[in-house]
Amino acid sequence: MTNTLHRFGSAASFDDDFIVFAMACKGPFKQENALEGLRRFLQIAIEYGPVNLGDARHGGAIRPSRQMNPFAHWSRDNRPDFQAVVDGLTDVTTCAAVFDDRDKAEQFVKRIKEENLGLSVNVSTSIAGAEDCCAYAGIPRHSVGYSLGFEGKTEKMPNAQVMMLSTMCGHGMISHSLAKKMIDFVKENRRTPEQCAATLTRFCSCGVFNPSRATRILEDARTKVS
Amino acid sequence: MQINPKKCVACGNCTYVCPMGAIYIDPVLKRATIDRDECVECYTCFNGLSQEHLNPTLVRTVRKMFAAMRIRFEPEPDVCPTAAFEPDELTWPRVVRRAFSDPRVPHESTGVEGRGTEEVKTNDVTGRVGPGDVGFTIELGRPGVGARFRDIQEMSRALAAAGVAFEKKNPITSLMSDVATGTIREDILDEKVLSAIVEIKVPVARAEEIIRLVWEVEKRIDTVVSIGAGVRCDAHGDDTVVAPILERLGYDLARAKTNIGLGRRGAPAEEPALVVSGFSRT
Repeated sequence: MTNTLHRFGSAASFDDDFIVFAMACKGPFKQENALEGLRRFLQIAIEYGPVNLGDARHGGAIRPSRQMNPFAHWSRDNRPDFQAVVDGLTDVTTCAAVFDDRDKAEQFVKRIKEENLGLSVNVSTSIAGAEDCCAYAGIPRHSVGYSLGFEGKTEKMPNAQVMMLSTMCGHGMISHSLAKKMIDFVKENRRTPEQCAATLTRFCSCGVFNPSRATRILEDARTKVS
Repeated sequence: MQINPKKCVACGNCTYVCPMGAIYIDPVLKRATIDRDECVECYTCFNGLSQEHLNPTLVRTVRKMFAAMRIRFEPEPDVCPTAAFEPDELTWPRVVRRAFSDPRVPHESTGVEGRGTEEVKTNDVTGRVGPGDVGFTIELGRPGVGARFRDIQEMSRALAAAGVAFEKKNPITSLMSDVATGTIREDILDEKVLSAIVEIKVPVARAEEIIRLVWEVEKRIDTVVSIGAGVRCDAHGDDTVVAPILERLGYDLARAKTNIGLGRRGAPAEEPALVVSGFSRT
């Protein structure tokens, strides 16, 4: 589905939001050795300093726990575990790497082109940002899927800051209510933006949530009302 | 999804994480309760909340003591302290809620996790959207509002009446009892899902007509709509055809996903039969 496409925000708000994802075609032309290619894609991504990494079956680099230690309330580990994502890849599925820096994303795309994995690779960000990635790698864009935003009964949608957070999971796993609650936590100084961003990240089931962008949005929301 | 009342301590954490706002603390039962009609079986509560396995009686006692002293109890916000959520066996037609709402459950028709197909994401291999085409993904219910199949049918019928062809591998298409009219099978029309995507492909010349048609349908349905427009770029990587049409219609094109054309075709194989989540079309 279009799980990275319809992120709420202006083009400028995607300056720290670059998702590069790889997938193997499922139809009659499916690629051989796709699983190895996807694993290689994830391994290479780690070299370029992503802020999240994930596969659509098992989730991202910050995950919920099925057996949480009660003492974790006082010392929650919010660090991403990138290697766990690589090691946990067992099926051919969509794999994503999220970057908060244009240079890193451009260098990663160039490297992926050189690796010639045979997988379909997409860059989801501002239109100009993706064009820059392609130009740096020396490849013309093949196809583009434009987001035309949200319409219809938009009165059912929350404010812009909540939308910017919740739409970073296109599958809809991050509720508007939780995003609003995290903004309130930051405003009340009950949690840091980093802690709240990690909380939101755990709900993303495919690892495309950008905790770095979320931290920035939460920090902005501390003092600004959208 | 069910909440075990013997385990629930009414901490309220789950009321915030439900994308549909379908969970509330029942003031009489003093337990978290799910509004079954609003729940879309996305499993966010079960999959997203970390689980502790604390003794429910102990937790309730501590919470009562703190509440009596007006002390704010502040656990981590994404934890169910007693692992009270328990998935139940879903049967038809309720099972379609999960198929369209829980992205970890692949549709058997597409093999893709989520609610749509690969659309332009593998266009470099499939050639699904060619030069002169526009592939539209019309998603109802996103973000965080949800949609009933009755509203989805309103959209699919309007598009069918305009003579467009639906993407064969899309899960919505395979739930139609009559693809020619865009009619969705009667027994699921009141089912609610987190979102669903209607996919079509039309010649560029019809792009504006289709968008205006979607705008008209949006006035009649009780949810939000997000449109994606997929196009094939020219040899230089440019799109000088569709973007101007979209901008003329008032769209501010800020974001896109860009297929960078690195995919390689494998050897051709026979396509599998069309089935959605193990259920036949009749």
